[in-house]
Amino acid sequence: MTNFSRRNFLKTVGIGGAATVTGFGCAAPGRATNANGAHVVVVGGGSGGATAAKYLKRFSPEMDVTLIEPTATYYTCYGSNWVLGGHAQMDDIAQNYDALQSRHGVNVVQDSVTEIDPARRTVKTAGGDTMTYDRLILSPGIDFRYDAIPGITAADSERIPHAWKAGDQTTILRRQLEAMPDGGVFVMVAPGNPFRCPPGPYERASMVAHYFKQEKPRSKIIILDNKENFSKQGLFMEGWEQHYGDMIEWVPSSRGGQVEEIDAANLTTISDGGFTEFKADVLNYIPPQTAGAIAMQTGLAGDGFWCPVDQMTFESSIHPGIYVIGDSSVAGAMPKSGHSANNQAKVAAAAISREMAGLEPLAPSTANTCYSLITPDHAISVAAVYAYTDGAMAGVEGSGGVSPAGAPASVRQMEAIYTKGWYDGITGDIWG
Amino acid sequence: MKRSRIFAAGIAVSMMTIALAPQAAEVERGALLTTSCFSCHSIDVTGNMPNLVGYPRDLLVSQMQAFKDDSRPGTIMNRLAKGYSDEEIDQMADYFATLQ
Ligand SMILES: Cc1cc2nc3c(=O)[nH]c(=O)nc-3n(C[C@H](O)[C@H](O)[C@H](O)COP(=O)(O)OP(=O)(O)OC[C@H]3O[C@@H](n4cnc5c(N)ncnc54)[C@H](O)[C@@H]3O)c2cc1C
Repeated sequence: MTNFSRRNFLKTVGIGGAATVTGFGCAAPGRATNANGAHVVVVGGGSGGATAAKYLKRFSPEMDVTLIEPTATYYTCYGSNWVLGGHAQMDDIAQNYDALQSRHGVNVVQDSVTEIDPARRTVKTAGGDTMTYDRLILSPGIDFRYDAIPGITAADSERIPHAWKAGDQTTILRRQLEAMPDGGVFVMVAPGNPFRCPPGPYERASMVAHYFKQEKPRSKIIILDNKENFSKQGLFMEGWEQHYGDMIEWVPSSRGGQVEEIDAANLTTISDGGFTEFKADVLNYIPPQTAGAIAMQTGLAGDGFWCPVDQMTFESSIHPGIYVIGDSSVAGAMPKSGHSANNQAKVAAAAISREMAGLEPLAPSTANTCYSLITPDHAISVAAVYAYTDGAMAGVEGSGGVSPAGAPASVRQMEAIYTKGWYDGITGDIWG
Repeated sequence: MKRSRIFAAGIAVSMMTIALAPQAAEVERGALLTTSCFSCHSIDVTGNMPNLVGYPRDLLVSQMQAFKDDSRPGTIMNRLAKGYSDEEIDQMADYFATLQ
């Protein structure tokens, strides 16, 4: 494992760097002044971080890029609902870091960051390393606010899985669905905005319904929602009616969907001040969320739950030199999605690459696409292009939108083929 | 990368190494715009999404314009193409032409 001491680091970058004209205008110690030998540390090897590491090397091959990620195998959340639906296996959503290391020249370190010192520009890892960085990109995903309602804690997540980070949690929920008798009730508690993957809960309900329809047709799905409406609602409801009749019941917050307490021992939710209860056979509580713990701990979210950034570059508004991308960031109109994280990573990588060359950042342009399967052969999508407008990433007028309502089966099927194409494409772009 | 049962059988993934234009640490707007395309149209793997590497420059421009004005029907590209100015489409096509 690499162990960077500050003195050695200065020795390596000191010569040459000093002679280069740069746009930094600041004399923080340990700052390299061109991409040669500059060290960028990327924390988190998920959708945002792995993309950032790859594109830093693409844009500036001479840059020294370290990616720190605790797991050797990353399970994508995208596709995890297909596993719940029974038409994909965990292996199908497994990604690794071999290509980043061997094809793209990223130094991949399997470890976890325990502390970031923004003033000294160092990170400490659980494995005992201390590394100095010139720039840090942070893409730690999300953490959960189990304190939001009484009756449930993180310790209950073995019995009451969130399955909102893929991996063991996905497997636990799948096993519970398999063990549930026909005629059982699957209750999902969906969080209020903003949260990771706005269409995710409704795709999950669709995929569970697909499984129930084949194996447990008398079963029921109840979505208790902390909202009054949801992403691609019309298209989801059209598809549910078409394929699943009344198997899926969506309960908005005003009609008892706002869960106020959970009786974990009895798998029961409580709402309407105790007047409404839902008893589940399988309970999937998706808690409200925050930026990843390491971002919260470093103070990057200020008093809030998410990290404000300069959306031109994704550099933190709180700690200069740290770029926060992906779910943890506040990114204007961009949803918290893998596609967004992947696009934001490229903006941050380009900004750092240009900054190291003494150039101004470029006006960013990003896109998002979220496909959702209603059945394996029926998919819908939402898409948008974003541009930096008045200080925030905003949808470009006239672009974007959702799949057409009432479209023929052939269109839904084509989008289902592209859903799989998207998975191949984006995982190739991130880890390939 | 692992292939899976869920993906259409028979579509082989071929790993290919794509050389990006020599950058000398100067990533320009055309490159940044085009990296958005790579999210679906990966340049590192091929799957069942159309591969755009080696796509003729003028054809790329005309097809993006056709998606933009809805003269070419599509599922999602019409919604995306409308997000780019004519100049941006030209910049993307120029950049794509540098990829091998
Ligand atoms: C059910 C479901 C379905 C989804 N479907 C889609 C979809 O179809 N399309 C789409 O675009 N998005 C989808 N998403 C959303 C997508 O998964 C996330 O938005 C995306 O992964 C966010 O990327 P990220 O880099 O911010 O976080 P992540 O991808 O979660 O990556 C964070 C990484 O940081 C690491 N990490 C955390 N803390 C540390 C630390 N201290 N030190 C080192 N490493 C650390 C973690 O191990 C993890 O690997 C879905 C999500 C869910 C839950």
